[in-house]
Amino acid sequence: MTTMTFGRAINTGLRKAMENDPRVVIIGEDIGALGGVFRITDELQKDFGAHRVIDAPLAESAILGTAVGMAYRGYRPVCEIQFDGFIYPAFDQIVSQVAKLHYRTRGRVRMPLTIRVPFGGGIGAAEHHSESPEAYFTHTSGLRVVAVSNPQDACTVIQQAIASDDPVLYFEPKRRYHTKGDVDENALEDALPMDRARVEVPGTDVTLVTYGALVQTAREAARAAEDDGVSVEVIDLRSLSPLDYSTVEASVRKTGRLVVTHEAARTGGLGAEIAASLTERCFYYLEHAPVRITGMDIPYPPAKMERHHLPDLDRILDGVDRVLGRPNSLTGLED
Amino acid sequence: MSLPGTDPTGPLNDESYIQLLAPDGTRITSAEFDPWLEDIDGDRLAGLYEDMVVVRRLDQEATALQRQGELALWPPLLGQEAAQIGSGRALRKDDFVFSSYRENGVAYCRGVDLTDMIRVWRGNRPSGWDPYEINMATPQVIIGAQTLHATGYAMAAKFDGDDAVAVAYFGDGATSQGDVNEAMVFAASFQAPVLFFCQNNQWAISEPVGLQAQGKLSDRAPGFGIPSYRVDGNDVLACLAVTRKALDHARIGGGPSFIEAVTYRMGPHTTADDPTRYRDANELEDWKRRDPIDRLAALLSAEGLLDEALRQRVQQAADDAAAEMRAGCINMAEPGDLELFENVYTAPHPVLARQRQHYERYLDSFEAAEWGH
Ligand SMILES: Cc1ncc(C[n+]2csc(CCOP(=O)(O)OP(=O)(O)O)c2C)c(N)n1
Ligand SMILES: [Mg+2]
Repeated sequence: MTTMTFGRAINTGLRKAMENDPRVVIIGEDIGALGGVFRITDELQKDFGAHRVIDAPLAESAILGTAVGMAYRGYRPVCEIQFDGFIYPAFDQIVSQVAKLHYRTRGRVRMPLTIRVPFGGGIGAAEHHSESPEAYFTHTSGLRVVAVSNPQDACTVIQQAIASDDPVLYFEPKRRYHTKGDVDENALEDALPMDRARVEVPGTDVTLVTYGALVQTAREAARAAEDDGVSVEVIDLRSLSPLDYSTVEASVRKTGRLVVTHEAARTGGLGAEIAASLTERCFYYLEHAPVRITGMDIPYPPAKMERHHLPDLDRILDGVDRVLGRPNSLTGLED
Repeated sequence: MSLPGTDPTGPLNDESYIQLLAPDGTRITSAEFDPWLEDIDGDRLAGLYEDMVVVRRLDQEATALQRQGELALWPPLLGQEAAQIGSGRALRKDDFVFSSYRENGVAYCRGVDLTDMIRVWRGNRPSGWDPYEINMATPQVIIGAQTLHATGYAMAAKFDGDDAVAVAYFGDGATSQGDVNEAMVFAASFQAPVLFFCQNNQWAISEPVGLQAQGKLSDRAPGFGIPSYRVDGNDVLACLAVTRKALDHARIGGGPSFIEAVTYRMGPHTTADDPTRYRDANELEDWKRRDPIDRLAALLSAEGLLDEALRQRVQQAADDAAAEMRAGCINMAEPGDLELFENVYTAPHPVLARQRQHYERYLDSFEAAEWGH
């Protein structure tokens, strides 16, 4: 076990993947000498060379598109998208090419790409630097989508993503890059599979489902609820596509109450999918309609307004109250 | 104000291009390019002629199959045989092609199975052939996207120290796409062994090339630091020679090249298109005088090579190919009910597996209902 930051844990995982497989290459903007704007690729170019850690000209569609060509030749490219809000120029290559080529070629061509995306807000950033675009990709068949929440997962899941023969979007909660944690660098072998959720905090009254940066917030909410005599089970989804319904379903059958929280806007978001699917799967176990605590349906707001947009401890607890039928901010409005 | 691209004296109609075979069949000598044709003897010329006739025949057969309701759609290559056969025959087996939907002549050169050529157009398969069997990627419908794949493939070939070349085929319309321009940036920066082969067939569905570009398409590449050629795309010898030269340049570490093959789409954009709505019939007549097959036939005749035996051989080859394609089309097995769920992922995916299971039960419920009554 080594104590390290979230960012260093990703760096460690990348390094291990590159050591294990010479076909792993990294391509992105400013990832060489600078080590990336978040230093996630720190020292990798120095150690593996410029042909394996490739500073790309400034064009996201081309970063993805050339990675597709490399994958056609058997490489396993890791593409770094500098910030969430800059993935859109690459959208066509991800959705029309990366996601579909295995299907289109009836399994002949594999696209073992990993697409790393620092995502989410809470850092007081400029425009286009705080977005949560994951639902665009969970809506796209052919992709796997993960979001990590702690240094240990950051280190192991990046290696699992790179080892996956399917394309994986790997979302990194950038506001947690400096969080420290214990990391067993050799935990890969008996690690939880990439597509499984984890019960982060066990509980019996309410199931609270989230991923990425909000896992920490959800844990704090569970602690606060406990002080109030409410037992909240926190589930870190880890995999956003496929969703690990069996883990969530087992929890909801036990608690009868479901709150889903994410930074992304509500409409058409993952919360909608989870609420609908869980309602279909265990309607008769529910004591209350599922509740979503999410970002607003707005373009990401300026830094001084983001605290109103992002779900926080109190908003999550308000949702917990709602599924428990306790007095909450909407009492009297909805019923 | 005239419409973009309609000025007959403009740069787009400039016929200054590399030409080794004039429309009347005259062989034009060239100190620069003739060395690339040294092996093209009478037999090889006849081979190129056969290729073009067969490919035109296949194209006509596919169009007929569409008219008869056997194919959902077909994108004809009529008029572009020289560009596709000339460049396609220049390639080495281990080179890798990334094409659009229209390069069935190139696929023919790669040795594609004729049934595989039409699977996707019958709607039976998401794509036709195994890319690794013929070293040609599954055709691209997203305009220009494949140029990036070719560039990435070429970068990887270079990492591997391999002298294979990646070739991107795309149209005049595609040159407006960001991906094509990004591909040229990356190809130049990494000196990737990639050849950009642009068939300027004058049209992108209904839009004339003048709407995409106010100058020659071939003039763009040098701005990216990429050597460029403008070639008569209806001249199979020029297309062969120039492609060979560009491939050699890439193989010996010279990096990317760009070729604009000036040709003409003599048919509709696809079988669903009606070109009478947007282009003048005279234009077609004009281009018929520059037909790629006629001019090679004229050269062969002039050299006394187009005898009855050759005519018959070529006719037979074309008839056989067309019959093979037709039989392959009509006898193609229908996909199974649950085949649509296959190959979305390489590894198990519980959510999709459940959806498939539910759909299977739904399908089975019909059978159960039938038995029940
Ligand atoms: C990104 C994208 N936009 C639009 C289309 C619709 N479309 C299909 S073919 C075509 C014209 C392409 O023209 P060109 O590149 O000259 O190739 P050609 O068809 O002439 O071979 C268009 C607009 C598409 N397939 N992809
Ligand atoms: Mg065109």
